[in-house]
Amino acid sequence: MLLVLLLASALAIVRARNLFAVVVLSGIYSFIMATQLTVLDAVDVAMTEASVGAGISTVLLLGTLYLTGSEEAAPGHRPILPLLVALATAGILIYGTLGIPVFGDPSGAIHQHVAPRYLQEAVEATGIPNVVTAVLASYRGYDTLGETTVIFTAGIGVILLLGIGRRVRERAQGPGGGMQEYLVLRVIAKLLIPFALLFALYVQFHGDFGPGGGFQAGVILAAGVIFYAVIFGLTKAQKLVPPRLVEILVALGVAVYALVGALGLMLGGNYLDYFVLDHDPVHGQHRGVFWVEAGVCITVAGVMLAIFYAFAGRRRRPDSRS
Amino acid sequence: MTFTAHFNYWVAMALLTVGLYIVIARGNLVKKLVGLSIFQTSVYLLYISAGKIIGGTAPIIAEGLRVYSNPLPHVLILTAIVVGVATLALGLALVVRIKEAYGTIEEDEIHSQDEEP
Repeated sequence: MLLVLLLASALAIVRARNLFAVVVLSGIYSFIMATQLTVLDAVDVAMTEASVGAGISTVLLLGTLYLTGSEEAAPGHRPILPLLVALATAGILIYGTLGIPVFGDPSGAIHQHVAPRYLQEAVEATGIPNVVTAVLASYRGYDTLGETTVIFTAGIGVILLLGIGRRVRERAQGPGGGMQEYLVLRVIAKLLIPFALLFALYVQFHGDFGPGGGFQAGVILAAGVIFYAVIFGLTKAQKLVPPRLVEILVALGVAVYALVGALGLMLGGNYLDYFVLDHDPVHGQHRGVFWVEAGVCITVAGVMLAIFYAFAGRRRRPDSRS
Repeated sequence: MTFTAHFNYWVAMALLTVGLYIVIARGNLVKKLVGLSIFQTSVYLLYISAGKIIGGTAPIIAEGLRVYSNPLPHVLILTAIVVGVATLALGLALVVRIKEAYGTIEEDEIHSQDEEP
């Protein structure tokens, strides 16, 4: 049923010509996707999808629409050829799915290789009941380091393309002013923001035992500050978290992650080997995972904020009101 | 073979097709990026569906539970989502710069401007 809803919202996105509607629909689509992922047991992924897809992406797309205008032009040519190409691809792919194991079958190839080992050994080796966190930060630490670096690079790219909006103080009102005149919004925001930030910390530090971890916590942390900026204005938010600090955070997280790896080398282990970080191997794992997750959280929060500042601090050009 | 055996995968393929169609057929750059992210989420669904075991539960080890879904796709997709939004932001930043340089984000109009000397 959820899958049908997913498909319906995707088709609605195709049909909608007003880009504002497209953005709202894609937020709905992300929420349905997150629910579906929960049904499929992927609670960590669902949490990420809900905060990233429905939260941050929507804010970014709306920020872009503000700068570029929200109406899509009518297509100039007939969509028959693209339709044929897409349908042919679909046909080939659906033919391909007939060869893969039946949904939910425990004897499928994917469940035979390393997954049973992770599930059996992870708790003893790392002391972390959430296997997703254990695999993410410990078994596959290299992957995660690479992905954190990709996020870092994308953040740097956005900063280079748009600037991080340090000159926003010149502007007294406008989008920098936020929505302070609305009393209800202001009060509700003041009530909610501390809990949002606290929840981020909970997700960060409880990520070993329940769903959560550095990626989710970083996004929620940034979302709290973005919420503040939307209600109280960019100027105040940048006083709270200056762009300079954000720039430092972006780099600091990756540095923390890489240094944890290097520390393993110095103590006589391999790169990203946590067993040597403490006299007790399980404690060492805990310590390593903790700092690695902290690094991930810092970089993700920094990059998300940097991206938001870059979009929000951009001035709308006079010719773009069409 | 029953209908439900591959239904999740088929929906993933259908979403992928929808995303692909938007990317090819639509000229508006923001719409294209939304299509690209639909394409991306279809891959999430594909991976997570493959990791599900019927009767299993979320891979957080606890007493009294024996069957867990496969944690590996979760790890891969979790990081992919965050990387996805970072690259989406990069794409949107490019769109904003294109708008500033050309005054439009419709592909056809950008091409016709490029052809003028």
